[in-house]
Amino acid sequence: MPVETRSTPRIRDGVRAAIPLAPSPILFGLSFGVLAEAAGFGAVTVVVMSATTFAGAAQFAAVSVLDVGGTVAAAVLAAVFLNARYVAISLTVASIFPGGRFRRLVESQAIVDESWALSGRSGHFEWPILVGAGLLFYVVWVGSTALGTVVGGVFEDPNALGLDAAFAALFLALAVPYLRNRRGRQAAALAVAITLVLIPIAPAGVPLIAASAACLLGLSR
Amino acid sequence: MSDAWIVVAVVGLVTIVFKSAGPVFLGRRALPARVRSMVDLLAPVMLMALVVTQTFGGNEELQVDARVPGVAAAAVAIWLRAPVIVAMVVAGAVTGLVRALA
Repeated sequence: MPVETRSTPRIRDGVRAAIPLAPSPILFGLSFGVLAEAAGFGAVTVVVMSATTFAGAAQFAAVSVLDVGGTVAAAVLAAVFLNARYVAISLTVASIFPGGRFRRLVESQAIVDESWALSGRSGHFEWPILVGAGLLFYVVWVGSTALGTVVGGVFEDPNALGLDAAFAALFLALAVPYLRNRRGRQAAALAVAITLVLIPIAPAGVPLIAASAACLLGLSR
Repeated sequence: MSDAWIVVAVVGLVTIVFKSAGPVFLGRRALPARVRSMVDLLAPVMLMALVVTQTFGGNEELQVDARVPGVAAAAVAIWLRAPVIVAMVVAGAVTGLVRALA
């Protein structure tokens, strides 16, 4: 093997590139810790979820579905559907991970929307940027979640805070970027219609999962 | 095992598999275009369905209660390009206030 003298970025360059983006996961991690703890998840459960799932929207979804009395199956499916995009995302960076299967399994957990976006900034995906940025986001996410559970444990009556409405506001804000294209708006409108029709006639959780059928619009051209 | 732990374990495992799908399991294969466009729509679909269930859901009926003004206020905040965290605080505060006054 020749000695490589490329000027490729290092992991610490990835960490550095991620620092300007860190405030957002810090605030989200804090609010996830607060809301999940207030929704009745134990502090340890909440932190373990951030450490293993490491994907904000899905974690909020799972917690909020259980919070309003949805079933375990509905909570799991909502989170799994939200994370399905990671299959597509991980395929785009499949070839940049070095080493054996176990190492690739561990390092691929650094894939989150933000680290993936940063790693492609130079026009091709760079492994050190992805892993370095993912590492920083991971530490920040798990740490701020833990801090949030401490704050969340203080509230005695979480529903007085409007916890349910805060969840809804988060999902609305996260949906907005997807509504900029026509197909996204059509699918979202269909999902809203399905959910509204089913809420009065189906058990909690069912309307949410049934709404996922709206993604079938992606089959039409 | 409590419901919360089951959810955390299953969602965690599935997400780990999803993230390693490319680097470990599927290699450089690409998703078929139609599957890709369906996957792309899953996020907006689930997020908007969550907005509706969190705002109007409960007890198998459409409920219009203190959550509605909270989420409406948040929608205005989002429209005014407020940061997400601000929209969440606005929603929680307005709903909490309406509940306290009711």
